[in-house]
Amino acid sequence: MSQKKGFFQGIHARFLERNSLILTVAILVVVSIGGVIEIAPLFYLNSTIEEVDGMRPYTPLELAGRQIYVREGCYNCHSQMVRPLRDEVERYGHYSLAAESMYDRPFQWGSKRTGPDLARVGGKYSDEWHRDHLIDPQSVVPESVMPPYAFLADAALDYGQIEGHLRTNRLFGVPYSDEMITNAAADLAAQVDPFSSGYDDLIARYPGAQIRDFDGNPDEITELDALIAYLQVLGTMVDFSTYEAEAPENQR
Amino acid sequence: MLVGAFSKGGPVNDESQYAEGVIKAGTIATMFWGIAGFLVGVIIALQLAFPNIFYFEDFGFTNFGRLRPLHTSAVIFAFGGNALIATSFYVVQRTCRTRIAGGLWPWFVFWGYQFFIVIAATGYLLGITQGKEYAEPEWYADIWLTLVWVVYLLVFLGTLWKRKEPHIYVANWFYLAFIVTIAMLHVVNNLAVPVNWFGAWSYPVMSGVQGALTQWWYGHNAVGFFLTAGFLAIMYYFIPKRAERPVFSYRLSIVHFWSLIFIYIWAGPHHLHYTALPEWAQTLGMTFSVMLWMPSWGGMINGLMTLSGAWDKLRTDPVIRMMVLSVAFYGMSTFEGPVMSVRAVNALSHYTDWTIGHVHSGALGWVGFITFGAIYCLVPWLWKRKGMWSKALIEWHFWLATIGILFYIAAMWPSGITQGLMWRAYNDLGFLEYSFVETVEAMHPYYIIRAFGGFLFLLGALLMAYNVYRTIRGGVEETEDRVNPQSSLVAAE
Repeated sequence: MSQKKGFFQGIHARFLERNSLILTVAILVVVSIGGVIEIAPLFYLNSTIEEVDGMRPYTPLELAGRQIYVREGCYNCHSQMVRPLRDEVERYGHYSLAAESMYDRPFQWGSKRTGPDLARVGGKYSDEWHRDHLIDPQSVVPESVMPPYAFLADAALDYGQIEGHLRTNRLFGVPYSDEMITNAAADLAAQVDPFSSGYDDLIARYPGAQIRDFDGNPDEITELDALIAYLQVLGTMVDFSTYEAEAPENQR
Repeated sequence: MLVGAFSKGGPVNDESQYAEGVIKAGTIATMFWGIAGFLVGVIIALQLAFPNIFYFEDFGFTNFGRLRPLHTSAVIFAFGGNALIATSFYVVQRTCRTRIAGGLWPWFVFWGYQFFIVIAATGYLLGITQGKEYAEPEWYADIWLTLVWVVYLLVFLGTLWKRKEPHIYVANWFYLAFIVTIAMLHVVNNLAVPVNWFGAWSYPVMSGVQGALTQWWYGHNAVGFFLTAGFLAIMYYFIPKRAERPVFSYRLSIVHFWSLIFIYIWAGPHHLHYTALPEWAQTLGMTFSVMLWMPSWGGMINGLMTLSGAWDKLRTDPVIRMMVLSVAFYGMSTFEGPVMSVRAVNALSHYTDWTIGHVHSGALGWVGFITFGAIYCLVPWLWKRKGMWSKALIEWHFWLATIGILFYIAAMWPSGITQGLMWRAYNDLGFLEYSFVETVEAMHPYYIIRAFGGFLFLLGALLMAYNVYRTIRGGVEETEDRVNPQSSLVAAE
């Protein structure tokens, strides 16, 4: 080894390279700094997430649909994050707000657009379009490279655990009330049946919820019902007529 | 293989010898998972190129959304992870001049890790996923991995504790940083609560903005510590050994080690430019990503300059050539990365295939080639052969893989830039020029070229597997002695 060593090099050779525990601790300290500085402040919620009107937790059916979305790995090809760039705002709609994914566990912002962004796909297409498209994407978009999801139409939705799902979300502060949790399964069934007696309760619990038979098959609640219900609510919750983009708290 | 460890009526733990069985197993596992991962990669590339042929309506679990995590995890964690565990077990023993610590626990690390891979991978096919990129395994697999990882750290540290060398060799700093930091990232990013203890589904503790930044803090440092620090450790042992030259600069290795691990941690937010993440965090991420260029190139220079005085070996030794090209790809990717992290560039490149091309120049070029080089070194060393069975096959592997990578990234760059430009193109009247699906259609030729490039890369790996098989089977001149592993590693200063 060298005869002339700098100060740090000397310390390095004498301590860090000779004691594996000192080395381990030094590594831990050095790799912690950046993360602490960048991530910790985000937990001061009011400095990260602006207040908006209209955000509500997902209905049980939408939440179940979200699980299908996650399960099938839709995030591998579809983002849910409209950036504040001219072309994106024109193509997809208002840029995404932090508040819009505050109940999203896991977040599904995505990293690749093999297909288009879905942050605001809700209400853009009819249920029938989604149905045809999910069953055979090339039947409505011939150039599409999306896989077929016909099996969703035949798969009965398994929602035996739905209460547990709501309850787990509540652990983290998602505002599901006791009433919402107890009635989760009933609310889920009510959302696909416009003639259900639970209609008014559901609307009261989840203002603005869309209630109809999403997959066009009234005999069964399928995974397709849930997924379309989820897609149809994406990006539709926030009331943009009351959102002030220029307000100071939204300029961060 | 485990049977071998128990032969002669009990666990064999002869302190006078290096433990090599577990490294042999790790080398085979690396190749196996590598080929599996590359194969799935070719399949999903073909799905995007020819959706009408490679999607099966009756087999929903083979859809792109489920196979893509299978591909990324197989390549990063199964292929890369096994390469790191196997080489770290080899390097730490040689550079500490002691048998690995922990008796049979290294075997637990090996089999425990394979078990993790299998439960994670089968989960993906069944639709069990956390829905976070590169962190898809569900809570039970995560807990198991944490356990295996703690044992891995203890085995590694235990070996350092009983070393017979006064100094800890530079490769081991990198391995240690990799093991420790991955543990931290893995635990924090996977904090989740299962819906019930008998079900697979869980909800992550963090949502939305916090979830996104934690995820990309994890995701980018999976690149930084799994795919960079760990593989730099491989570089720091295998290039000097193979070239029989000392590491170029001891001082540079100190400086670039500490600056690399310090700066890498900050870079995550560059995955979230223009998103709902607060802008100050985006700017910090971008700034540190640009700074990261320097320590990265410090490593590249240290690796390349180690060949000073031995450049002629590039002509004669395809394994050296592979490792040098690997370091060159490292240099290229770590230059491209900072460029793409600049907000203005990212506005174009993000969400496009440019990112995919960037990742693959790093994964195929840097990680792939340095691993292949290490395997070509390890197999003759471990099985006591004079060399590989066929040098010509190594040459073939080198050229097939190189051309494959070139096809791959040469397709993904124009594909990504085309797509980015088409998305933001306006016509004379100020309307968007292209519908989204027109941009999908424009990708078609590039996707075919990409699949072809991936296929060549897979072919090269198959040649390697055959070559390794023939070398192990015998028929190659066998050696008794190995060169003293420490002879040429100490820095020249």
